Amino acid sequence: MNGPKVVFTIPVFGGIKVTESIINMWIIMAVLVALSIWLTHGLRVRNPSRKQLILEKLAAMLYDMVRDVMGERYLPFAPYIGTLFLLSIVGSLSSLTGLRPYTGDLSVILSWTIVTFIMIQSNNIKNHGVFGWLKSFTQPVAFITPLNIISEIANPVSMTFRHFGNIAAGLVITSLVYSALASMSGFLLSWIPSGFIASIPIFQVGIPAVLSIYFDLFTSFLQAYIICMLTMVFVQGAGE
Amino acid sequence: MERAIILAASAIGAGLAMIAGVGPGIGQGFAAGKAAEAVGRQPEARGAITSTMLFGCAVAESTGIYGLVVALILLFANPLVGLL
Repeated sequence: MNGPKVVFTIPVFGGIKVTESIINMWIIMAVLVALSIWLTHGLRVRNPSRKQLILEKLAAMLYDMVRDVMGERYLPFAPYIGTLFLLSIVGSLSSLTGLRPYTGDLSVILSWTIVTFIMIQSNNIKNHGVFGWLKSFTQPVAFITPLNIISEIANPVSMTFRHFGNIAAGLVITSLVYSALASMSGFLLSWIPSGFIASIPIFQVGIPAVLSIYFDLFTSFLQAYIICMLTMVFVQGAGE
Repeated sequence: MERAIILAASAIGAGLAMIAGVGPGIGQGFAAGKAAEAVGRQPEARGAITSTMLFGCAVAESTGIYGLVVALILLFANPLVGLL
């Protein structure tokens, strides 16, 4: 179990390290952009294709969810929520193809939650004005201000740790199980003198798939849903 | 020698940090039990109850995740070894 590898270093500001996570994210972003262009190409009002109907159904589901949680006023947030959901779930599911999931990297999730933090504060300022925003920290009594500031900062940190922790725990447990199964099959076959037979992975076939259903499919979907839900609830709550 | 002591203590500390998993386990079990009760009482509200429960479970998980992050830092990115 290692952190993401540094692929190359950009020689400005003392060297910016470009890691495996960033490269994987670029690949997936390119795939998603290409897919979006292909899917939204040739939309028709009359006699729509099956592709367009599925797309409209998904978009309507997203807009309904945002309307239910945040209310009619916040519908312009729907594209951002949809993007966040798509980026999170495709990133976590990319571990099924053998890439290292970039959602298991703290910095990637931290950048998303910093965007959420800025959205929360700017929505608060937009709805209450600068003085109302500053005053909201001294509610309900003035001496509680430091605690309010800490709780505002703890919000994005706890969101980051939640998403990162779930995916990284899955990575650690999966790699531990893989090495345990490898040593089990090595132990079982070690009495055969042939090197080829001793290297057959008996236990590694099939058994990790059961874990993968929980850690890759279920956790990925749940964490993508949770981070979108928390973003919506916090941004909406800041405007009240 | 000091290095060995620090590594051993970090491993023990990582194990102790994961005791934090007890709290969320109890909390999530409680939430799931209540959700099962609610579905039994009102089967038609199953979807809303399930999504509310999953949301609550994920928020209740925070403290366990903090413990996990501390354990991961102690195991894979130990800051104490650098202090020697």
